[in-house]
Amino acid sequence: MTAPFYVAPEQVMKDRADYARKGVARGRGLVAIRFADGIVIVAENPSETLRKVSEIYDRIAFAGVGRYNEYDQLRVAGIRAADLKGFQYSRDDVDARTLANQYAQILGNIFTHEMKPMEVEILVAEVGTTADHDQMFHITFDGTVIDQRDVAVLGGDAEPVATRLREGFTEGLDLAAAVRLGASALAGDRELPYTELEVAQLARGNGRRCFRRLDDPAVADILS
Amino acid sequence: MAMPFFGPADDPGSNFPELLRRVGLVADVADAGSSSLDVPHATTCVALRYADGVVMAGDRRATSGNLISHRAMEKVVQADSHSGVAIAGAAGPAMEMIRLFQLQLEHYEKVEGSALSLEGKANQLSSMVRGNLPAAMQGMVVVPLFAGYDLRRSVGRLFAYDVTGGRYEEREYVATGSGSLHASTVIKVGFRPGLTRDEAITLASRSLWEAADADSATGGPDALRGIYPIVATVSSAGWQPVADDELAGVFQAIADEARSRGGV
Repeated sequence: MTAPFYVAPEQVMKDRADYARKGVARGRGLVAIRFADGIVIVAENPSETLRKVSEIYDRIAFAGVGRYNEYDQLRVAGIRAADLKGFQYSRDDVDARTLANQYAQILGNIFTHEMKPMEVEILVAEVGTTADHDQMFHITFDGTVIDQRDVAVLGGDAEPVATRLREGFTEGLDLAAAVRLGASALAGDRELPYTELEVAQLARGNGRRCFRRLDDPAVADILS
Repeated sequence: MAMPFFGPADDPGSNFPELLRRVGLVADVADAGSSSLDVPHATTCVALRYADGVVMAGDRRATSGNLISHRAMEKVVQADSHSGVAIAGAAGPAMEMIRLFQLQLEHYEKVEGSALSLEGKANQLSSMVRGNLPAAMQGMVVVPLFAGYDLRRSVGRLFAYDVTGGRYEEREYVATGSGSLHASTVIKVGFRPGLTRDEAITLASRSLWEAADADSATGGPDALRGIYPIVATVSSAGWQPVADDELAGVFQAIADEARSRGGV
């Protein structure tokens, strides 16, 4: 019997991280921007049916980039956790921070214990009753949680997109301005038609369920 | 509680009650061994079709035996954007069933990315009523009505249930609860196809008025406390509750008319 090759733990982790990072970078990215009435998420997504952005709970949205089946599994787990908690206690007790921590546990666990890390990055956004309480948590494939305030960028090639976003961001943008900022930050010097975009908002003015998608005509109208 | 994470083989899909069972959050009904538990009961609810959809209405009274236990109970509630549910029977299990039903519709919509069909919602409620059968055998009977606007067929639809979960689609109107005999007779006499919204609201209100007049477990409009029956319309525009101000006018007209007939 031959002894297995020794591989340093640092090397194992580095290989896994590289693998996951490459998987995430292959897909298209998305941005989230705080605006006057809440948070808008603009994703580069040519598909009309395979969504990157979706509703988790009354005030909470989910967005994922990378491998669709993996972040979709996380999306459904989030809906279940939120609905269970709301059923067991109260709708007011469901919050993004708890969900973000639970996601971090799952992703961290899979990163260290499974054969293959998840090739995803996800965002959990919550719109507060006032702008001060808006929250965004960016969670990476290894379970790192990053708390973000004004803007968040997920996906490959994030640095230049983030730079463009931060340059264009001001406090109190309206919805249309925020969508335009997101679209132009994602596009850079490319042309990005509205059919390639998936846009959704979490807005305080939407009643109990704050999540709304913006359909293609609405996005076209904003970008024209 | 950890985030529920399932493998492909044991995934409960978009079924929220099944998820509750998987995570152990369902309390089994203990065998109370008695069929005479004196729990609050909710009473009369009606639903009828009109030109643009359906009208649902229910009185506000809950009774325990011969006592009034609640004066402002809401037995007619919105189930989701285009449907509502009304419940007669044991108030506790009924309210819990409504809560679970609302959550299941929302849960399905979020997980699947699109809402259940109206027929699917009606069947879902049917299985919940059937699930309540052991409790019903002990006197905790829950008999709901379900009504909504079918967006695929562009028509309002009504469903009645029996205690075993049997589901019956009605074409014109339906009533449930202790005052249902009186209420449905009033609607039967006043009904014709293609009622306008206002006519349908008046007819539903009138049916509750007569039920309250003849059935002690059904509450009438309470102008003193400002408590009026819950009345709502469901049309292509979705669930729209009728405001108390409007209902106050409707019931005032009914009272005036009754007075003009010598108080009968």
